[in-house]
Amino acid sequence: MSTESIALTAVHQPSRPFGVVLHSWVTTVDHKRLGILYILYAVLFLVIGGVEATIMRIQLIVPHNHFVSPQFFNQMFTMHGTTMIFFVAMPMVFGFGNYLVPLMIGARDMAFPRVNAWSFWLTAFGGFLLYFSFVGGYGLYGAGAAPDVGWFAYAPLTAKVFSLGHSTDFWTLGLLVAGFGSIGAAVNFVATIFCLRCPGMTLGKMPLLVWLDLVMAVLVILAVSPLTAAQVMLALDRFLGAHFFDTQAGGSAVLWMHFFWIFGHPEVYVLVIPCFGFASEIIPVFSRKPIFGYPIMVAASVAIAFISMSVWAHHMFTVGMNSYGNTFFAMTTMAISVPTGIKIFNWLGTMWGGKLIFKTPMLFCIAFLFQFLIAGLTGIMLSAAPFNWQLSASYFVVAHFHYVIVGAILITIFAAFYYWFPKMTGRFYNETLGKVHFWLFVIGFHLTFDFMHIPGLLGMPRRIYTYEPGRGWEIWNLIVTIGVFFQIAGTLVFVGNLLYSMFKGRPAGNDPWDAWTLEWSASSPPPEYNFASIPIVNSRRPLWDIKHPEDPDWQYE
Amino acid sequence: MSTVAHTSAPIETQWSLPYKGQVGMLALIAAESAIFTIFVVAYIFYIGKSLFGPTPREVLELPIFASICLLSSSLTIHAAGGALRKASLGAFRLWWFVTLALGSIFLIATGREWYHLIYEKGLTISTNLFGTTYYSLVGLHAFHVTVGLIGLFTILLLALFGKIHQEHSKNVDTFAMYWHFVDVVWIVVFTVVYIIGR
Amino acid sequence: MASRIFDRFLIPFLPGARKCFLALAATSLAARSSLAAMQSAAPVPNIFKTVSTPADAIDRLSRFVLTITGLIFAIVFSLLAYAVVKYRHRGADDNREPPQVYGSNQVELAWTVVPVLIVLVIFFATARVIQSVEDAIPPPGAIQVTAVGHQFWWEFRYPALGVVTANELHVPVSDRANPTPTFVKLLSADTDHSFWVPQLAGKTDLIPNRVNSIWIDPHETGMFVGQCAQYCGTQHAKMLLRVYVDSPEQFAAWVSAQKQPASVSDSAAAGRKIFETTACINCHNISGTIANGRFGPDLTHLMSRDTIASGAAPNTRENLKQWIHDPDSIKPGSLMPAMNLNDADLESVTAYLESLK
Repeated sequence: MSTESIALTAVHQPSRPFGVVLHSWVTTVDHKRLGILYILYAVLFLVIGGVEATIMRIQLIVPHNHFVSPQFFNQMFTMHGTTMIFFVAMPMVFGFGNYLVPLMIGARDMAFPRVNAWSFWLTAFGGFLLYFSFVGGYGLYGAGAAPDVGWFAYAPLTAKVFSLGHSTDFWTLGLLVAGFGSIGAAVNFVATIFCLRCPGMTLGKMPLLVWLDLVMAVLVILAVSPLTAAQVMLALDRFLGAHFFDTQAGGSAVLWMHFFWIFGHPEVYVLVIPCFGFASEIIPVFSRKPIFGYPIMVAASVAIAFISMSVWAHHMFTVGMNSYGNTFFAMTTMAISVPTGIKIFNWLGTMWGGKLIFKTPMLFCIAFLFQFLIAGLTGIMLSAAPFNWQLSASYFVVAHFHYVIVGAILITIFAAFYYWFPKMTGRFYNETLGKVHFWLFVIGFHLTFDFMHIPGLLGMPRRIYTYEPGRGWEIWNLIVTIGVFFQIAGTLVFVGNLLYSMFKGRPAGNDPWDAWTLEWSASSPPPEYNFASIPIVNSRRPLWDIKHPEDPDWQYE
Repeated sequence: MSTVAHTSAPIETQWSLPYKGQVGMLALIAAESAIFTIFVVAYIFYIGKSLFGPTPREVLELPIFASICLLSSSLTIHAAGGALRKASLGAFRLWWFVTLALGSIFLIATGREWYHLIYEKGLTISTNLFGTTYYSLVGLHAFHVTVGLIGLFTILLLALFGKIHQEHSKNVDTFAMYWHFVDVVWIVVFTVVYIIGR
Repeated sequence: MASRIFDRFLIPFLPGARKCFLALAATSLAARSSLAAMQSAAPVPNIFKTVSTPADAIDRLSRFVLTITGLIFAIVFSLLAYAVVKYRHRGADDNREPPQVYGSNQVELAWTVVPVLIVLVIFFATARVIQSVEDAIPPPGAIQVTAVGHQFWWEFRYPALGVVTANELHVPVSDRANPTPTFVKLLSADTDHSFWVPQLAGKTDLIPNRVNSIWIDPHETGMFVGQCAQYCGTQHAKMLLRVYVDSPEQFAAWVSAQKQPASVSDSAAAGRKIFETTACINCHNISGTIANGRFGPDLTHLMSRDTIASGAAPNTRENLKQWIHDPDSIKPGSLMPAMNLNDADLESVTAYLESLK
């Protein structure tokens, strides 16, 4: 590490008129501000998506309920899924990545700051376009409002003849626009990580979060593009009378499925891989040990991304592929469980023999480990194709993927919020409220998603606005819905805690957690230029080297 | 992973990383390649599957002249890049203009081919599966050619106003990567549509 | 069903036998309705309570996979729980850091090799079942059915037997010595659907412009429920399925009844006239009449079914009337239009439909 000291003073702005502040935020190209904009946008849509989920769960609390109409329910599950994937989870991981990657690699900003801003605003606009469907869909050609074709929009239900009006077009175009934003952001990540690392930071010395964001960005480039292509094809079908997915003209509904899932499966790894990165930064710091097996963690992450491009048709085991096809995709899906399991063992190995500090970020990471283990195991069940013939399109699958998306992805995003909140705002959140959030949310999560597996095993399909009494599903649906209210309570505590602490929290210094990566050497919050002088690093934990000059990491790596 | 201590600090060697413009352009090209791959897969999947309407053999003629123009433009843009690196600004502007001209000829030829197909052969995007996949794939490529021509034209204007100098070589090379990509895609599209598909 | 046919055909000809037949009819009817009551009371489509060969194969594989994943869960959960408890820092906040361990080649190799072996075992077990279910060849005694998925009902045709019905599938129970499985060809008239009766087989989708296939080989009689498992539009939720696994005699009787053209009843003549001069005939088929629409379910033997609207309501006079009068009140978004008949016409048409036994 360079012996030059790095400027550590926090910058206090004199208060300026609101209009000037707003203008500076809207026109910003600073990666930190764009990161925060992504994150705030995602929190807004998290609440909206949560409302949509709550409406569905109330409708399903008893059989033959009349809380909402079938038409509205079908819009709810479509919008809930689309919102959570494209306008909550993706902006969250892009937001944290944008904020942290330049700081962690000792750079002043991303490679292309203006492309960065353009990508954010495109994504934001895509979300607003999708939601405009609630308002703008009515009255146009007499049908539809919000899209109601499911978040994967299978053909030919999306053809003009089955989906009248423009609701499906809002889905197609909103996501197309957001997709360009995602690709732009991914290009930026790749260029930044390859080209802007500070001296001494070889690829083998980057923090794991940076590695994982690089892998995620490559996956976005390779996976979101097929979705873009498929959506252009769907738009051509609907607007210009093309026949890509027009079964009456010899087109293939299964072709849409292939194209969609070639996107859709890597997409879920796009969401979870940065979350692996959050866990890989937080668990070592709160175990007071370095990550166990850094090279294998990198190799496993790359392997996961690589294999994830070959598993997509496990979403299509029931469409009637021949036994060779089904066997191949079962094999690749089972294969991906090996590097994934390895990562769980490495996190366990990091904690083993360590000194575990149970602050809120660590609590969420520990929950992540237990929950991701279960999610992975139900994934193995689903990979056994004949078992899948029973479980697919049932509530078992819904439980499985929510276990990953809520139980692993959202949980680590909460951990990331608490961990980097002091860095982003210069203040501490309230630790007690953090723990209250944790327990409320985890209890609610398990009430909802543990018991949700059971109706699936008892034959309850997904995407149904009501169900028959007497099939043994009632009690489980009741419990599932009750769990939702615990999660709502926990989320409200979370939002309240953050809002309050942003203004009234105890001031935090540069390095409240005694951590080891470069972002903790900048002030909290960092100045616009990040570092007074570009750091020089010798190991994976530059701040450990500074704090322990008698025992630096580079002697052992 | 070693648990044995090394005895000396690592030596700092010269630190140089790739140029971000080219890495960014490569990433963009990767994304575009993925998009084109999907359209090519759709094209190949639907070969011979149209239920009615004109077939490729009936209506397609090989666009030999247009292809020669487009592929030569890769050579001329390469020559332009070389000229700029050697600071021969006049040669650069000339080669650059020829590239733009060749690309424009290709686009005009595509337009003429489409006019012929639509008005004389009755093939549109909604006629049948062949029409759908043909116009979308060739059209996607033509769209990328158009974007490239806009870029070529912009740089030509800047060059004519004397704003492009030797130090902009890297930027111009980055743009040329895009143009080469467009040409490589045409080789693939030509093979799939006019050779395999017929 | 059989009792009603005896009533209709034999009573006019064999008055002496009437009492005897009535007695028989009464007993069988009583037995039948109590059985039906039991079955329709609470059939739980549990994927682990299978009664058919392909579903049994899946069940065995599932239990095997569950056992392995259960063991993995127990082991890893225990290790995690142990680490969280044992290594939790209690006591004074000293600044001593624990030993900084960067990795261990041996441990990492072990926890790579063992999962690979486990995956191989699961994979081979899986591949075997895929092949045994998907590549099965119909034996000579197999029943062939063609199922066509519609928004939001099921069409079932038995080409070799000349039977067309809707929503409620009848198949014979299959004897292991002399198997009579049912092979169902799956087609779709509009968008994607999925045939799922958990106790009989895994699900397979019905996709337009594509021919899929499923087979069931039930070895117990009974009524088994399922429903459409691929979102197909507004009323996907009420595209329910019933499969009646009959004894060979029951199945033969059912088939022969279904093959008959529609029964003609004088008391229902008025309703029939209204039916045949209204749009009903554009969508529905009643064999032996001029109604030959294909868009909606075949109504020739409507009263042989226990439910209407693909399971959305029990087949009673009130529900029939309500369905014709205002389908949206039972299944909002279904593609049957409200027929806007006046009360008298509605009564007549309902009576006519009730005569279609």
